[in-house]
Amino acid sequence: MAESILKVKNLNVKLENEEIIKGLSFEVKKGDVLTILGPNGAGKTVLLKTLLRLLPYRGEIHWLPEIKIGYVPQRLPFIKDIPMNVREFFELKKASGKEIKEILDSVGFEENFLNKKIGELSSGQFQRILVAWALIRNPDVLLFDEPTTGIDIGGEETIYGLLAKLREERNLTILLVTHDLSVVFKFSDYVICLNKCPICQGIPKEVLTLENLSKLYGEEVKFYEHHRH
Amino acid sequence: MQFLLSLTAGILIGGVAGYLGTLMLSKRMALVAGPLGHLTLPGIALALIYGFDVSLGAFPFVILGIILIWLFEMRTKLPMEALTAIVFSAGVAIAFLFLPIEQAETALVGDITELSLKEVIITAIFCLLVFFVIKKIYPQIILINISEDIARAEKINVKKYNFLYLGAIAVIVALGVKMVGGLLTAALVAIPAATARNLSKNLFQFSLSGLLLGMISSFLGIFLFKIMGFPAGPLIILMAAFFFLVSLIFKKI
Repeated sequence: MAESILKVKNLNVKLENEEIIKGLSFEVKKGDVLTILGPNGAGKTVLLKTLLRLLPYRGEIHWLPEIKIGYVPQRLPFIKDIPMNVREFFELKKASGKEIKEILDSVGFEENFLNKKIGELSSGQFQRILVAWALIRNPDVLLFDEPTTGIDIGGEETIYGLLAKLREERNLTILLVTHDLSVVFKFSDYVICLNKCPICQGIPKEVLTLENLSKLYGEEVKFYEHHRH
Repeated sequence: MQFLLSLTAGILIGGVAGYLGTLMLSKRMALVAGPLGHLTLPGIALALIYGFDVSLGAFPFVILGIILIWLFEMRTKLPMEALTAIVFSAGVAIAFLFLPIEQAETALVGDITELSLKEVIITAIFCLLVFFVIKKIYPQIILINISEDIARAEKINVKKYNFLYLGAIAVIVALGVKMVGGLLTAALVAIPAATARNLSKNLFQFSLSGLLLGMISSFLGIFLFKIMGFPAGPLIILMAAFFFLVSLIFKKI
């Protein structure tokens, strides 16, 4: 039995008087890929940010002591306002030249990519750069927040292929947020279905039943109808 | 001699303002320098009436402005533009209640033609101090500008860096109003940085050209003042605007 890297007990997150996450408990084993699945606005991104202790919460979050976490945010809308090349973006994290080259190589970019302007990257390229950025200083855990829109065609396929490769190479534990079911089945060991309240959790093939899925996404349909006048 | 003193102070203030501007251009901070400049007008008015240094009069009002901005950010969800417009226009209104009209020009467009050596030395010390503070906090502020979440995930003390950043803004605005007045200070910070962005491929070029464009605009503005006799403040800003227009030609679309 692998050791637990993260234990979450009865987690509650309330932002501006709205309950975003209610009564969530789960555990992540070392080396696992845990997927957080749910419709838009279900609190997935909030959950990742809470695990990073960026948001106030009630309940318990226990990371293994001394653990290093890398975070890949969903999007960085302001970054294109700043003229900056790839190398400088990595230097913001105080990465050495050698480390930058190694990491760039492992996400499949040539060295000359370092002089590319961040604002000129395609969304897929930028996402790979964000993954590489998160991997600086060799984290044990990667928190990956999937962008809901704007990745070029074919891009999604590569990013999960890349994550699988990196997991193997670096012995990573991965927590990822997605709304894409195929990713869950292909790639993850454990899934949490979240729509504010936890709907179900467990091994994907066992818990992602038609009934649970309609519970998970059915809510969303109701929600949109309710607000569309 | 007087000309050299003005030139020295002008180049230093212009350079550091341009450098700082490259940090403020991202997000909505560029909007902040304008209202801050306007809010200093009552302070400038007081300084002119009682005959003390304009920057000294402006400084407490900049601090007040920064506290207000901070409160707006923290306490309300209203768009900051709306709030700043109201409060800071009030600053202009208050200043003109008691500012003698013959001194209005100095308050609005600045005057550095009568600086003493002592004033220039003090200006130089503040400029260098602010320059090194900005240099020190530059990467962290860039990261915070990109995303506060990733900055905090990187264990960057966002409050501490924002405090130093706002402090640098306060000093530069207070120095800037002396040179170009309450109305034009925002331009002193924003225009060189906007030009620099058009010309830069990376962060190094961006920050360096912001600094240089600020210095050159001030130099040329004060130089033109010497030969033409128009007020230096507007000339400096016009030079900066001229470079911006030129940069549009070079900008890759």
